Amino acid sequence: MNAIEVQHLTKTFGKTTALGDISFSVAQGEIFGTIGPDGAGKSTLIRSLATLALPDSGTIQMLGMDLLKDYKTIRTKIGYMPEIFSLYQDLTVEENLEFYASLFDISIADNYQIIEPVFRQLEPFRKRRAGKLSGGMKQKLALSCALIHNPQILLLDEPTRGVDPVSRKEFWNILGDIKKQGITIVFSTSYMDEVSICDKIGLFNKGKFLCIGAPAEIADEFADPIYLIKSAQLYKVLLKARQWEGTRQCYMFGDSIHIVFKDGSYSPEALKTFLAEFADAEVSAVEANIEDCFMNLLNSERHG
Amino acid sequence: MDKIIEVQHLTKKFGNFVAVDDISFDVRCGEIFGFLGANGAGKSTAIKMFCGLSRPTSGTGTIAGLDINRQFEKIKQHIGYMSQRFSLYEDLTVRENITLFGGIYGLSRSDIKAKAKVLLEKLEISHKADDLVSSLPLGDKQKLAFSVSIFHHPEIVFLDEPTGGVDPASRRRFWEMIYEAAESGITVFVTTHFMDEAEYCNRICMMVDGRIKALGTPSELKAEYGCDTINDVFCKMAVTATRQ
Repeated sequence: MNAIEVQHLTKTFGKTTALGDISFSVAQGEIFGTIGPDGAGKSTLIRSLATLALPDSGTIQMLGMDLLKDYKTIRTKIGYMPEIFSLYQDLTVEENLEFYASLFDISIADNYQIIEPVFRQLEPFRKRRAGKLSGGMKQKLALSCALIHNPQILLLDEPTRGVDPVSRKEFWNILGDIKKQGITIVFSTSYMDEVSICDKIGLFNKGKFLCIGAPAEIADEFADPIYLIKSAQLYKVLLKARQWEGTRQCYMFGDSIHIVFKDGSYSPEALKTFLAEFADAEVSAVEANIEDCFMNLLNSERHG
Repeated sequence: MDKIIEVQHLTKKFGNFVAVDDISFDVRCGEIFGFLGANGAGKSTAIKMFCGLSRPTSGTGTIAGLDINRQFEKIKQHIGYMSQRFSLYEDLTVRENITLFGGIYGLSRSDIKAKAKVLLEKLEISHKADDLVSSLPLGDKQKLAFSVSIFHHPEIVFLDEPTGGVDPASRRRFWEMIYEAAESGITVFVTTHFMDEAEYCNRICMMVDGRIKALGTPSELKAEYGCDTINDVFCKMAVTATRQ
């Protein structure tokens, strides 16, 4: 049985289609990442799974139960961490956690081992008011509160927004620890590099998945020839490379440029000749990663 | 003048807390300068001083040749500023925002009108000129906010995490605008949490616990710390932080 099974889910707000007929499933114990820009509908998707936004049409099954019929039971088996910090700022760390535990008729001690990987670092701040915590600590407290009742599914809406690279890495490690306890995790993000912790991802744009699959599968499906250009004058090379007849798409990629050829009839040597005025420009083969796939899918959407 | 920012021993304290701790560095005219650091490293406090919004506790410096301790009001006329958190008025139209910020920076009405037309065409949003900013897609909003921040062609523009939350294509289009601005002679001072964007900068500086821990071109820093990417350099630096 899949932990989550979504069929033809549609949700509109007035004239805006937040979710346009989407279907996907998440297996038990998987980490599923919904990756896409702001305004794509990611929060609406997470809120739908959390039983907080009713679908216009389509069905959602959580742990084999129908979301509309069994929402009360489902709520006891899921943990949800919204994007905006929504704990009580004037209660202490411990009081917040106690409050959330009491909602499920348990004590902190009952499930301490579940939250331990997250809560460990908060221990010294037990008596501090939540409002006085740093951003990273608030996030850990919110995660602890979402986990205290030992949910089977954890739903996280943009848990790493505005978080620096080191804290993000730390957060990924925590998610890894939570996964080891068998908890299914669905989260949303706009950071492409977060695919590395996911078993399965969906690239999400304008209320739809552009593709769904294991990160490696998606990258393997990238069929067009793709190359990397290095030069000290990246921006100038970029503008020049765009004028080449064989270029389908060409963009900055860290300290280099990625260029996708229209098809296999163009050669990297021909590109090199075209860029002859830049003596230091080097062209070499490169493997497409998820960000290339996203760029490619956005591009083909735009040009039909 | 070949240095747009020059600061020596700049320090900012809040009570006993030293937010910015004795930093000295410079930014050259026309460069794209990346200012990196973990949350709480002191970046925002430093930027506020550079923009003339906050006075240093001690230290000296000049921004666009103006004294950071005495000519802070004047500094504001020579800079542009954009932040992801706030830059445009959502409940004003695109054109109203342009007019408002053009006016704040002292451009004449006719100047604003002429430049607004060019800008709207360039951003391909002429047909949305009278729409509320709140109705624009985030990518367009960010590009407009950036354009407005350099509308008066300042000597330097400060961008505080400008590109969060957009798709990778929009993020790159935004960076191409940054390159274009730099080509036109505007120095760009930018903070970001995207380490691939840090690679796009001419030079970068990393702050840890209020101090500058590393400064150089991306390739210099990667060589110095034996890393393949700036992300790895960043992680190596940031774990040395002791501030909570």
